[in-house]
Amino acid sequence: MTGVRHLIRLILRRDRVLLPLWVLILAALPAVYAASFAELTPTEESRLLYARTTAGIPSIEAMLGPVYGHSVEALATQRAGLTLLIVALINVLVVIRHTRAEEDAGRRELVAATVVGRHAPLAAALIVAACADLVIGLLTAAFLGFSGGSLLLGMSVASAGIVFAAVGAVAAQLTENAGPARGLALAALGVAYLVRAAGDATGSDLSWASPLAWSQYTKAFAGDDWRPLLASLGLTAVLAVAAGWLSVRRDVGGGLLPTRLGPAGSTSLTGPFALAWRLQRGLLIGWSTGFLVFGLAFGGATSGAAEAFRDNAELAELFARLGGGASLTDTFIATLFGIAAIAAAAYGIQAASRMRAEESAMRAEPVLATATARVPWALGHVVFAVIGPVVALFMIGVGLGLSFGADVGDMGQVPRLIGAALAQAPAAATLTGLTVALFGLLPRLSAVAWGILAICLLLGQIGALLQLSEAVLDLSPFTHTPRLPGGEVTALPLVVLALVAVALTAAGLWGFRRRDVGV
Amino acid sequence: MENAILVSGLHKTFGRTHALNGLDLTVRTGEVHGFLGPNGSGKSTTIRVLLGLLRADSGSARLLGGDPWKDATALHRRLAYVPGDVTLWPNLSGGEVIDLLGRLRGGLNPKRRAELLERFDLDPRKKGRAYSKGNRQKVALVAALASDVELLILDEPTSGLDPLMEEVFRECVAEEKTSGRTVLLSSHILAEVEQLCDRVSIIRNGQTVESGTLTDLRHLTRTSISADLATPLTSIPGVHDLVVDGTRVRFEVDTDRLDETLKHLTTAGIRSLTSQPPTLEELFMRHYQGAAR
Repeated sequence: MTGVRHLIRLILRRDRVLLPLWVLILAALPAVYAASFAELTPTEESRLLYARTTAGIPSIEAMLGPVYGHSVEALATQRAGLTLLIVALINVLVVIRHTRAEEDAGRRELVAATVVGRHAPLAAALIVAACADLVIGLLTAAFLGFSGGSLLLGMSVASAGIVFAAVGAVAAQLTENAGPARGLALAALGVAYLVRAAGDATGSDLSWASPLAWSQYTKAFAGDDWRPLLASLGLTAVLAVAAGWLSVRRDVGGGLLPTRLGPAGSTSLTGPFALAWRLQRGLLIGWSTGFLVFGLAFGGATSGAAEAFRDNAELAELFARLGGGASLTDTFIATLFGIAAIAAAAYGIQAASRMRAEESAMRAEPVLATATARVPWALGHVVFAVIGPVVALFMIGVGLGLSFGADVGDMGQVPRLIGAALAQAPAAATLTGLTVALFGLLPRLSAVAWGILAICLLLGQIGALLQLSEAVLDLSPFTHTPRLPGGEVTALPLVVLALVAVALTAAGLWGFRRRDVGV
Repeated sequence: MENAILVSGLHKTFGRTHALNGLDLTVRTGEVHGFLGPNGSGKSTTIRVLLGLLRADSGSARLLGGDPWKDATALHRRLAYVPGDVTLWPNLSGGEVIDLLGRLRGGLNPKRRAELLERFDLDPRKKGRAYSKGNRQKVALVAALASDVELLILDEPTSGLDPLMEEVFRECVAEEKTSGRTVLLSSHILAEVEQLCDRVSIIRNGQTVESGTLTDLRHLTRTSISADLATPLTSIPGVHDLVVDGTRVRFEVDTDRLDETLKHLTTAGIRSLTSQPPTLEELFMRHYQGAAR
């Protein structure tokens, strides 16, 4: 463990901007939810109605988790179900960034050759992640007034983060490269979320199999129960020990899963597009599969909502009014598609960012020193960054359509939901376009695209709750997508969004043709 | 076309750093041209300008009769490039990278590819990540040398190669030269330069400080002489750093004045004489040291 202190300082130095930013934003979310519930449901009756309605709709419990009380804070706690997911995601990324990604880049060797213990890099990454989680927890509690309930909510959020930091640590031991390690850990997170969603939708004990559920079964602000967090603590300990045990059983730079030899030559790598396909296909397959699985899973949960809807005419009427005339299921699916749009945009940014990654790693240079012109090289990646999210959205439409359609016995849902899912594509494409524009015109600021996406996410999640002005909400491209299915189909905003995406992409390509490569 | 590369008065700044400061470079068609200079002197920047990856602020650059920026794609069909620090795609095997780069360049000779793999003792089935630095360098070298091109631009291509492989590399470059190809070779390895290069250019702080054949450059350096004389001499015209210690003298003399100086010494009667001929090392050290400000 020698040298842990220095490595912790190294991590803090490298993440001095991002880490505090994440901590603050994530810690503020539950308090923002609470403030907006206080505003939107000021009376006990209205909160009771809200709580009873959501509790009666399996699909909402599937998405957010169970609701245990009807105080402002209890409603905010259920809302924070999605915050858990984000906290877990960030923990995975932070831990892998400071463990496997470092080894992948060859920097770990430099450190490992100094007076640093074998376990130190892993321990340092886990300690930083866990401390950040605890700070998130304490700040969450502070923002909510530091009561017993708020402290429990804070620690529940922190526990979800810490568990997945440990999951990331294990994944980092298994594969040789950072990309597959991230994929593995995020797949585990996806499974945990789906298991919890399925359990909560059906009201079964299945949820107990998911670490995400433990953080919600603490019933903060509604009969506080700290015991589920013991499970989180236990799992974290087991995973951390496992990661440490695995890490001494492999070489620095090596993985536990074997790497195979590749072919001695290639007949298929014929041009820039073929190269882009090789570099992008993993992302495409991963995202499309993920979207399909989520679609299938939530399609099932949605039909549960349809049942509740059939049994309760009063509820149906209430929700028809809330959803602007749309049916309850449509409102739910439209919300789901809104989230899918953000995820699809994240994929678009990730795919388009490959260009900058190739350039920074000096892998673009030898290719551009061949007879490959810059624009075809860039277009190889841009095609995937534009088409990939469309394919992924298509898949979630297929998934939802099939499982929901099968449940309600109406296969006409398949084309209808595919159409609604695809309507999200233009908004997602604007973020891809923005990434290409940054790459071509301001390459050093390429990562800003992620910040913009985070702002869009926040505007969508809490903008309406904060009652921000229309003009501010309009800044996000996702505001302009019609609410589908159920809403009115208006082509104009979709066309405008698509044109903006095209213009941004063209500007980026124009800039890339003219700028220095490798700066 | 007499000159494969003709660069004059090239300027390039990155922020406040003046990377190229009026650089000149002439590479004649069919020659192996050594491109030398201390770290950070602007060699790689020059090469990137020649490859059309960077746009020069001012000055002119011609490559194979074309403009390296505007005609980049057409020119790249006729050249092959090996970067100093080769990074490969972690999930592509070496053989795939060789085939990819060769095809992007407009095709490569499969017989030559197989022969080079043999000579460089490279396993093409390993994935990019599994290669050592030297082996990554070999991947790029095989891809470049197996291409049928007029010009090879090699940026410190032997860094990381073991002496055996360095020897293979030298043989390959010598073969390229006999088959009429032009080579621009940036290198720090003087034995390599001495053995392969027809002419060299030495740059420092983004400027060319010396250019010519190695014989020309040797003439520019000084021979060190120390002698014990029968009668003491207090002055010897035209020499540098003269140290007189009784009958012993030590000094350095420009090679073209050697004859004249020795005649002067014999007038005083020579009891013993040692002379150290100019070495390339000395020549380079003199230019390189000037850069350490």
